[in-house]
Amino acid sequence: MEENVVLTARGISMTFPGVKALDNVDFTLRKGEIHALMGENGAGKSTLIKCLTGINDFETGEIHIDGIDGPVKNHSTRDAQNVGISTVYQEVNLCPNLSVAENLFIGREPLTKLHTIDRQSYNKRSQKIMDELGISVDVTQNLENYSLAIQQMVAIARAVDMECKVLILDEPTSSLDDEEVEKLFTLMRKLRDNGVGIIFVTHFLEQVYAVCDRITVLRNGSFVGEYPIADLPRVKLVAAMMGKDLDDLAEIKKEQKDFSKEPMEIAAKGLSHAGTVKPFDLDIHKGEVVGIGGLLGSGRSELARCIYGADKAQTGTLEVNGEQVKINQPIDAMNKGMGMLPDDRKAEGIIADLSVRENIILALQAKRGMFRQLSRAQQEEIADRYIDLVQIKTASKETLVKQLSGGNQQKVILARWLATDPDFLILDEPTRGIDIGTKSEIQKLIVKLAGEGKSVLFISSEIEEMLRTCNRMVIMRDGQKVGELDHELSQQSVMKAIAGGES
Amino acid sequence: MKTWNKIKSWPLFLPVLALLLVMAVNIIHDAATGVNPLSFFMISLRNTTTNGTILYGRIIDIINRGSEVAILAIGMTLVVSASAGTDISVGSVMSLCASFMCMMLAGYGVSSTTTLAVPLVIGLLCAMVMGLVCGAFNGTLVAHLSIQPMVATLILYSAARAIGLLLCNDLIVYVRNPSFAFIGAFLGPIPTPIIITAICIIVVSLVLKKTALGMYIQSVGINARASRIAGLNSKLLIFLAYLLCGLFASIAGIVASSRITSADSNNIGLYLEMDAILSVALGGNSLGGGKFNLAGSIVGAYTIQAITTTLYALGVSSIQAPVYKAIIVIIIVVIEAPPFKDFLRKQSAARAAKGVRA
Repeated sequence: MEENVVLTARGISMTFPGVKALDNVDFTLRKGEIHALMGENGAGKSTLIKCLTGINDFETGEIHIDGIDGPVKNHSTRDAQNVGISTVYQEVNLCPNLSVAENLFIGREPLTKLHTIDRQSYNKRSQKIMDELGISVDVTQNLENYSLAIQQMVAIARAVDMECKVLILDEPTSSLDDEEVEKLFTLMRKLRDNGVGIIFVTHFLEQVYAVCDRITVLRNGSFVGEYPIADLPRVKLVAAMMGKDLDDLAEIKKEQKDFSKEPMEIAAKGLSHAGTVKPFDLDIHKGEVVGIGGLLGSGRSELARCIYGADKAQTGTLEVNGEQVKINQPIDAMNKGMGMLPDDRKAEGIIADLSVRENIILALQAKRGMFRQLSRAQQEEIADRYIDLVQIKTASKETLVKQLSGGNQQKVILARWLATDPDFLILDEPTRGIDIGTKSEIQKLIVKLAGEGKSVLFISSEIEEMLRTCNRMVIMRDGQKVGELDHELSQQSVMKAIAGGES
Repeated sequence: MKTWNKIKSWPLFLPVLALLLVMAVNIIHDAATGVNPLSFFMISLRNTTTNGTILYGRIIDIINRGSEVAILAIGMTLVVSASAGTDISVGSVMSLCASFMCMMLAGYGVSSTTTLAVPLVIGLLCAMVMGLVCGAFNGTLVAHLSIQPMVATLILYSAARAIGLLLCNDLIVYVRNPSFAFIGAFLGPIPTPIIITAICIIVVSLVLKKTALGMYIQSVGINARASRIAGLNSKLLIFLAYLLCGLFASIAGIVASSRITSADSNNIGLYLEMDAILSVALGGNSLGGGKFNLAGSIVGAYTIQAITTTLYALGVSSIQAPVYKAIIVIIIVVIEAPPFKDFLRKQSAARAAKGVRA
């Protein structure tokens, strides 16, 4: 083993039914470093962490830990703790109704000679631990009296006190504010200086550059590379995560039209939803296709959901066609001519146990209201028309939608919205998991809709797709709208905008 | 063979088969004891001193006695479909509605009357309003406060009977008035409860056919989040299901109360919530919500009554009957369970494969 290395994973592979979640992944953690594990959602970060902590059983590969001979295979988090790997998750897994000291020593309480719990000694020891780590708390107070950040630090202190060599922090900052994050970073640096190896999983790019020494990037379950932080500026990191090399990106030129003279379809001012998207302004003209760029989790879906009322906007105003509207739930937006194809097809798209016909007419029927039921003949006519138009491959219109392939399910939902004849359509990842042929058809459809004077808000992880169809792009980062690009749309400019920062 | 497969794929196949099996037990028993095997199905006209000429027969008896559960099963089916939970308060709500109605008809504090204090229609409306109030209460807890259906309806399950007693000043209120007793008796030769049940079923079927309510409720039951994105008001629909369930509980309460011309708070609708839930399950509906089959639930309700009547006909004492009922229910539920169906399918596939080889 290389010197100073505390944990190495070599050639880790793991399959879930039908998916290769990890394919021959390597990972090396050194003593006294903060090592960021980066990748988009579904890249395999969580799966790798779970392999290290014994929650997942990996199939091939070996894990070595400093001071232990031979490969280590953990079968439970307890095994992992015994070899010195501790994990602190996004949600704090402690008991809020117990004191800080009790939480620190739960399950391993110091005992007196009479085998009762030695409260005095553990309160004293707890206070000492917290003082050493520079966390100012009264350890006899209940944990719930402290902020989430402190609770998180208590969880970390507990992990550290259990003599961990490897500390895994899985999205620890996602529910903390800036000041709390800074406190957490101070603690992390302190632990690093004490020689603990820290694996830091986050989707906030700023934080990676603020605190990490090294970055390992995963993509689609594969190892992309390991880089010292200085060698990987933001743009390159984004490129590595997305699988695009900036150098050989083909420039795509696109015809531009000036939409500023066109009437306004959507005008949002200061819309926001606490915890997901910060206040933003957005204007969309008739016939315009606007794309939202940003990494997964940057708030691009949330922005769209806020306009549509899927997550009710808590601040700001929205005008549709120049008329101010109040949208409390999706049906209000639909009545103003909107439609939204959500990104999570299974959870928010299909009604699995209903037929293709029922799924297609659902939104139109909802718009008409319960008492104006479409006749069976009308329903069948609409279903047939759209099955034909978007070419849904189904045995019949009475087939249950859950029996269709993912791509065809997506087309069913697209058909559902086309049937309502919307003026403004939000498409959130409409092409995910769809074959190439269908993808280009959906792109053509978007351009065609825009040609008919309809407006489209288009979200996709594939930048080329948006470059091909969008007139303008909105850039999101960390839940905030950070800019708009309306000319010279190119891979380079978009990725630079997504990455942000100086580099 | 083809027609057989068609019959097998009919959604009501298993519920109806279960009902037929229960009937078959009657026929075999009759044959074994030397009674005409078809006596089970025989319907005759009989003259009675109290009700004049009435229809008489075991089948009539089952359909008549099964009325309350059948009415409850309608509301329960909607609740199960929309919220993937059950309303366990329906039996108690029946009792509360009956108590309120009898209190209104007799006047507060009166324990027995032959004349009505308010017109009968007012009494009936009061019962239904009480049912709607109870339904709205349950619906609010489940739909708007997201309390688990079982816990939410547990409140009225335990409280409604006591509220009923409170309304009746702790008395069993008797309303011995022919216009009221008629609801639980006969309209011409036909038992009135059968007619009331038929009206309920027809009205609900028409509503489900003529409006999109059925699709809305199923859609919300299958995927409430996706339904909301597609423009349905998921909360309102779940609320509506509980509201209707309360209304049907009040109608069942009116029938049950009229049969005994009194409001016996402690006994009206006792354990009927369980029978109503069982009807839904026997009807081949998943208690996990989603798709529903109203006809299945109704068949299920009459199957339960058929089992009870059959056991009495077999001479099982009413104290022992629940044991046998449980055994029969287990058998029916196992037959309808997906793993058992899979097992049968594999068996027949294996047999077919063997046949090809031979």
